[in-house]
Amino acid sequence: MSDLAIQTDGLTKVFGNFTAVDNISINVKKGEIFGFLGANGAGKTTAMKMLTGLLSPSSGDAKVSGYDVYSESELIKKNIGYMSQKFSLYDDLTPEENIRFYGGIYGLDSKQLSHKRKELIESLELGEVKKKLVGSLPLGWKQKLAFAISIIHEPNIVFLDEPTGGVDPITRRQFWERIYQVAESGVTVFVTTHYMDEAEYCDTVSIMVDGKIEAMDSPDNLKKTFETNSIEDIFIRLARAAKRGDR
Amino acid sequence: MRIIRFLLQKEFLQIFRNKAMLPIIFVIPVVQLLVLSFAATYELKEAKFALIDRDQSIASRELVSKLQATGYFILQSEFTSEVEAKIQLEKGEVSFIVEIPRDFQQLLSNNKATSIQLVIDAVDGSVANLINSYVNSIVRDYSATKAVNINVAGLQNIEQFSVKKISTQAINWYNPNLDYITYMVPGILVILVSMIGLFLSGMNIVREREIGTIEQLNVTPITKFQFMVGKLVPFWMIGMFDLLLGLALARFGFQIPFLGSLTTILIIAGIYLVLIQVLGLFISTITDTQQQAMFIAWFIMVVFILMGGLFTPIESMPMWAQKLTLANPIAYFIKIMRMVLLKGAGWKEVYEMVLIISVVAAGLLAVSVNRYKKTSG
Repeated sequence: MSDLAIQTDGLTKVFGNFTAVDNISINVKKGEIFGFLGANGAGKTTAMKMLTGLLSPSSGDAKVSGYDVYSESELIKKNIGYMSQKFSLYDDLTPEENIRFYGGIYGLDSKQLSHKRKELIESLELGEVKKKLVGSLPLGWKQKLAFAISIIHEPNIVFLDEPTGGVDPITRRQFWERIYQVAESGVTVFVTTHYMDEAEYCDTVSIMVDGKIEAMDSPDNLKKTFETNSIEDIFIRLARAAKRGDR
Repeated sequence: MRIIRFLLQKEFLQIFRNKAMLPIIFVIPVVQLLVLSFAATYELKEAKFALIDRDQSIASRELVSKLQATGYFILQSEFTSEVEAKIQLEKGEVSFIVEIPRDFQQLLSNNKATSIQLVIDAVDGSVANLINSYVNSIVRDYSATKAVNINVAGLQNIEQFSVKKISTQAINWYNPNLDYITYMVPGILVILVSMIGLFLSGMNIVREREIGTIEQLNVTPITKFQFMVGKLVPFWMIGMFDLLLGLALARFGFQIPFLGSLTTILIIAGIYLVLIQVLGLFISTITDTQQQAMFIAWFIMVVFILMGGLFTPIESMPMWAQKLTLANPIAYFIKIMRMVLLKGAGWKEVYEMVLIISVVAAGLLAVSVNRYKKTSG
């Protein structure tokens, strides 16, 4: 096994005559936080769906956690966590019931389940709302819970699709503290975001424009290359050149 | 198996937590069964009529009182002219007009043929037919007693008359009193469990697609089979529960005879509900929103119900329509229910239909599982 968690080579997805993801090649090292940036419609979500086995690629190769996306997508699913921008928790279940359900379908046994349940409720400080329905919780709490549940089965890689959309800076900061903790324990984090301050927290950042990766390096190196001191600058410069509009 | 257990647990938690769901499952079927079974009747009750009695004789009054004595007809008003009676018929205040000719009694007592005129409001053809046949049989009865009476009065040989007439004597098997409730309840029950099964199972998966949780499930190692079982079993159980509830109501509330075996009914119902659920599942694989799923399910349901033999006998449909009903699961199950409950039919009589239901269920299941994809695009 190599020290790469995700490896793609010429990965492409075509819908009809529209190339959503155009020949992308990325390498994500184990345990790093990989920021996957791009304007709306640049193809981020499509690329992520291919990596999580939700969508099969049109061409190119990709290995996630050492498994092939074409032939071993079910094995990939056992080894990754996924948190999407659309809420993936059941609003009509309580936090405890959501933990139990997702833990259960990932194959945790009852001992692990009750342990995880206690641990998560405690560490997320959900004690007083554990009997309330998730639908009634504030957005920030739901996001924290969704993240915790997405890694309940202790995967090698976790995919986060705009995990902090719509919450205040303090809640975002807290969320990123959790991401750091998870990354320190050796889990690879693959995250998309529209917040450029969040991009600064990443070990590697890639910027996608019109389905292609236009830049990929550590934030510091990117700033040197583009001779600026903010990622936002680079992003705007690259994204302005995009021909595709919002999709 | 463990994964399926977690899926089922989650479904039941959601079902019983949904405030709209509990009445749908427990109250609406009972209410509908009670209301529909009493309302959906073809019996004629208290049809009003207008009378033009030109004879004003003992015989004519006797006939009119016979009509009223049955309870089917009520004399609304009496006229001397046709025009007035027709106005009332046009207004819909009476359903038919009876006109007795001037020489009615005289002809009868001379043992000659005579006729009375019926003018029936036939906007509703089936009601008009019923009025016609009921009045006819009353008049026939009356003329028979009249002939006998005349004979007795004239001291002639009675046998002479009775021999000349051939009358049919109908004996109604399986439903001796022609009780419409007995006939309707099993059919209405079938429609109720079908609707619950089709709508709930069809909407459920689409709902997960709408709120986006299906995507989350698709990135987990759940297999298609586990997912399907997790979705089918809860609503299958609810359908069976509603069927049992309805059967209990039919047996103890409506006093419907249970001639056949309950076990047979339950086994067949189990297979039938799988078919209905799978149909719902299939709908959910071709739709993206609950509205689309609802519309398609509703469309299919209306066709199935109208062509199911509950409201219109399949035997009186045109040939091409009868052939279409061969593809209607509701028609099969209504027929099976009536055969088993009312006639006491066993496996030998119904196995062919059960076989058809099973094969269709299996085929549709294969198609739906195949269509449901964990990947999109």
